Amino acid sequence: MATMVQAIRMALHYGEENLGLKEVFGEDVGPPLGGVFTATQGIQCSWNSPLDERGIVGAAIGLAFAGRRCVAEIQFCDYIFNTIDLLKLAGHTCWASFGDWSLPMTIMTPVGSGIRGAIYHSHSFDATITHIPGWKIVMPSTPLDAYGLMISCLQDPNPTMYLKPKALLYVRGEEQIPGEPPLNKDGEKELRSMINAPVIGDRTKWKPKWPSGLTDYKVEIGKAKVVREGTQITVVSYGRTLPLCIKASDRLNGLSIEVIDLRTLWPYDWPLVSQSIRKTKRVLFVNEDTEVTNFGEHLMRRTIEDFFYELHARPRLLAGSFVPGIGLSDSLEMASVPQLETIEQAIREVIDEKV
Amino acid sequence: MLKLTPEYLLKTYDLMLKSRFVEERLIKMYKQSDGYFWIGGPGEEAFNVPLGLHIKKGHGLDYDFLHLHYRSSAIYLPMGIEPIDLFRQMKNTLTDPFSGGRNFVNHISKREWNIVPITSPIETQLATCIGTGIAHKRHGGTGITIVNGGDAGTAEGEFASCLIWASRPKEELPILIIVMNNSWGISTSCASQHSETNISDRAKAFGIKSLTMNGNDVEASTFAIREAMMYVRTERKPWLLEARVSRLYGHSSATGANYISTEVDCLTEFEKKLLDDNLITQTEINGMREKYNTEFIELVKKVKQEPMPDPKSIYDYTYSEQKGRYW
Ligand SMILES: Cc1ncc(C[n+]2csc(CCOP(=O)(O)OP(=O)(O)O)c2C)c(N)n1
Repeated sequence: MATMVQAIRMALHYGEENLGLKEVFGEDVGPPLGGVFTATQGIQCSWNSPLDERGIVGAAIGLAFAGRRCVAEIQFCDYIFNTIDLLKLAGHTCWASFGDWSLPMTIMTPVGSGIRGAIYHSHSFDATITHIPGWKIVMPSTPLDAYGLMISCLQDPNPTMYLKPKALLYVRGEEQIPGEPPLNKDGEKELRSMINAPVIGDRTKWKPKWPSGLTDYKVEIGKAKVVREGTQITVVSYGRTLPLCIKASDRLNGLSIEVIDLRTLWPYDWPLVSQSIRKTKRVLFVNEDTEVTNFGEHLMRRTIEDFFYELHARPRLLAGSFVPGIGLSDSLEMASVPQLETIEQAIREVIDEKV
Repeated sequence: MLKLTPEYLLKTYDLMLKSRFVEERLIKMYKQSDGYFWIGGPGEEAFNVPLGLHIKKGHGLDYDFLHLHYRSSAIYLPMGIEPIDLFRQMKNTLTDPFSGGRNFVNHISKREWNIVPITSPIETQLATCIGTGIAHKRHGGTGITIVNGGDAGTAEGEFASCLIWASRPKEELPILIIVMNNSWGISTSCASQHSETNISDRAKAFGIKSLTMNGNDVEASTFAIREAMMYVRTERKPWLLEARVSRLYGHSSATGANYISTEVDCLTEFEKKLLDDNLITQTEINGMREKYNTEFIELVKKVKQEPMPDPKSIYDYTYSEQKGRYW
């Protein structure tokens, strides 16, 4: 019943103990806070950096040059945009040097809406980062996948971008992470007492007690997952909107909806998505980044090029409105990014469409 | 009178001459349409050759890491980079060992010697050097991180980043930060944009040791490099060294790449001193010039016969060890 932040913490701990992870850093990442979302609490090799995103990404690249494995955090993806040319540089280093160098490094950053974060704590980053070649980009929607994808990132020789859906960071998992306490109320409490720093009082002497049986459980980069099987439509999503798609498919009983969690945005699992589209002949892509030059548009293009004559309905994309930011007010946020109701409606429309 | 040993001075002269002839051959290649663009470092040899001779060259953290900009040929030619490989990069052949025909000349990469890929965006190396600096700090020993860049580039945020990160209390980094101040950023003079007397003064606010010196003088350069390097290697703390140098052929081929006779030429200055001190004769100088000239003409002839990149290879090495289209 670990939350996503607890899962990330456990994976980082496993990484520093077993996979050669040497540096975990960023703004407020080290003690006493352990990250503004607490994903790095208790990690021994974690430390606070200057408030300097370009310095953080530059340092990560340099550490990778030196073969020193790191995970660097950008506190909110809203503040990663001033590092774009360094992200491009990281992405092209292997290619530009004709394979001479590769950069084993991970950048992680919380993304998306869901916490009423207003204009500068609600951005998505999937549309932008999928535009930069040379990165492997992952985005879990469950704690178990969060654990397994982090383990994979820590073993990949390339730059990996680990997007953390802000809205799901404290949602408890329903699948057992190998080694975590049992999936019940007691287990949940036990884990909290083991690896959560005290919320009040002196933290300086606090040390985590890590579950002893953690493993190198991996979710392979590039592998999507069918999370609901169905025959009438394929719904492809990731991150915050993924659980909403599952919920929609459960609520729309009577309709047979296949839901795919992409999990890796690049390089993505086209074979699995293709197989599903070939079966259902209808497809809806859902994500919350702004809809113009959205990553889902690329997936639509691929769908059209590969399946144009087989489809029984126009492929659709449900994404965030193309607005400069997400407004603070509840009504504004809800209207700016896909919600359960809009997802349900879109599913119905695609299924109901007659050619 | 020159103070350093004749052996060192003559070796330095030979490498300065060689570096200059490599750059001038590259410019000729550009002008003869054997390349699309030239940028390089003629005018920086009096500082860069001594620097190249003092690098702890090798692979891994026991050795120096180099984060260089595009005027650094006189650093890596003395380290052993082969002139023919720069001609190859100029001609963008498949045989270009630094980028396989993908990048401009003087954008080299050599992992075997910790030379990280030289890239075009100004000053990004001042950010990436932080990482190898941290790695060097953790590793200990005498290997250091060396980074250089131009004067105009110091207006970029990365320059400030580097000063901040290199001087965090109790976490100082062994980085030799070098500013090659040629007084220009393409067509914009340093004087029109910068009010600081010396760029190196900016180190003072961070308690970073610093020095501004005449980079057109071989001995001044050698002494400054030795002092700064010794400090960084042993104290494991940063040093900011600002070398005042010339930009002898303008910014790049985009501005004509013609010799600018009003700038101090460190090579001819050094020749005069060597001749005055009777360390070399004009006949010997002429012989060396002739040797490099003919040698490089032959190398370029060879390069012109070499294969160009295969169009099918455009996706290769997007990822480590990956070949062909992968998606
Ligand atoms: C980030 C960035 N901005 C602009 C340019 C275009 N540009 C190339 S060289 C240059 C001037 C650099 O001047 P300086 O840092 O003094 O180095 P110099 O070329 O004089 O050695 C500019 C503006 C660039 N390559 N990168």
